[in-house]
Amino acid sequence: MNVKKAERTVMDAQEINRALTRVAHEISERSRGVTNVALVGIRSGGVHLANRLVARLKEIEGTTVPVGTLDITLYRDDLNARKEQPVLRKTEIPFDITDLKIILVDDVLFTGRTIRAAMDGLMDLGRPAEIQLAVLVDRGHRQLPIKATYVGKNLPTALEETVEVFLDETGGPDRVAILS
Amino acid sequence: MSLKRKDLLGIQDMPVEEINLVLETAESFKEVSGRDIKKVPTLRGKTVVNLFFEPSTRTRTSFELAAKRLSADVINFAVSASSVSKGETLLDTARNIEAMQADFIVLRHPMAGAPNILAKLLRASIVNAGDGGHEHPTQALLDLYTLREKKREFKGLRLAIVGDIAHSRVARSNIYALTKLGAEVRVIGPPTMMPLEVERLGVKVFYDMDEGLRGVDVIMMLRLQLERQGIALFPSIREYSRLYCLTPERVTLAAPDALVMHPGPINRGVEIAPEVADSVSSVILDQVTNGVAVRMAVLYLLSGGK
Repeated sequence: MNVKKAERTVMDAQEINRALTRVAHEISERSRGVTNVALVGIRSGGVHLANRLVARLKEIEGTTVPVGTLDITLYRDDLNARKEQPVLRKTEIPFDITDLKIILVDDVLFTGRTIRAAMDGLMDLGRPAEIQLAVLVDRGHRQLPIKATYVGKNLPTALEETVEVFLDETGGPDRVAILS
Repeated sequence: MSLKRKDLLGIQDMPVEEINLVLETAESFKEVSGRDIKKVPTLRGKTVVNLFFEPSTRTRTSFELAAKRLSADVINFAVSASSVSKGETLLDTARNIEAMQADFIVLRHPMAGAPNILAKLLRASIVNAGDGGHEHPTQALLDLYTLREKKREFKGLRLAIVGDIAHSRVARSNIYALTKLGAEVRVIGPPTMMPLEVERLGVKVFYDMDEGLRGVDVIMMLRLQLERQGIALFPSIREYSRLYCLTPERVTLAAPDALVMHPGPINRGVEIAPEVADSVSSVILDQVTNGVAVRMAVLYLLSGGK
């Protein structure tokens, strides 16, 4: 049955823009610059956000930090439970992550399971000096002891609600909505 | 997305979308195989049994590596050392393996259709690793992967498959796959090694190698199966070699950037000249590398949808 869900916008383009700018500033402040920093966007929601943060950091620090893309499919903990295998995409991290400060980037932080998978995936690629996490939205309901280092917006939600992030790069326009 | 099937038995009944899904999925696994830590936890706790009723090093090792890189547990059943030599039937052997909770059985068997029988009767996923003169689907898939990597497009690609077409499961699986994908396939070999009415598979037949190679983009050599020549299909190896060995001179008849492929093991100087096997146009070792990634993709995709 296809019930149309009620939809409520919780962040518009300007708010997303401001949140990303603040997160970029926090990254450069916390790391005192961006030497040894690299961003890794988690497919698919984190990829474009990582690229936007790279552009912001370039404006702030004047340097382009390396950016990669991580597909966590092979590290999921629900492969046996699902009816269909998820489509496998490529992990593309064109630099050695060993001894770098890696900032994982994702759109929505929810149960924390994706981040657990992403950390396991990263560890198989090398030994980063540090892993941090930047998310556009933290909607709560963690099932694992995981916490974001940088949060664009804390968004209290009910468990049964869905948070959708629309971005210009994927047909947009930029906005975050709660579907209930 | 998964393969909508429990087993991989052949290319003949595989739609183009599923072939493409395997090839695309294999790209991700090739990246995994290029890492320092060549292992992902995806099939942790699953058991893959390699059940080989014919000698094989390359295919068995390739499946074993593929399963291990996905963190599955692998058992190899070599036939001479097993109870088959004590008279156990294929089905009983397979049922015993399944009773040990195997999730995948990779089967190579001298009888065409053996994997189909197991697939019907067992819950485990059956992967055909070569059944008689019938099919060898993962070999065709790894050949396709290699071709796609080097040539990008299948449409309009001109290929010649050379050798014992009639007894080759590699040829059969590749003919099914390549014609589906829109390539122009020629088969070259002596009349005694040509299956009856092979044209009905959508290929052009050439008995003269030089004529058949003219202008092709890919030359796919088959191994002369010296161990299978119970009945003489040609007077002598020397004569076969004179007529159908891929020499440097013959390579020049093909397109300038033509690829040379061979499923291995190669008989140097019989069907392929050493200097051709070792030349820059040869992608024989790329085929082996890609084989592991393609088999990882097959195991991954078959493990879904159950």
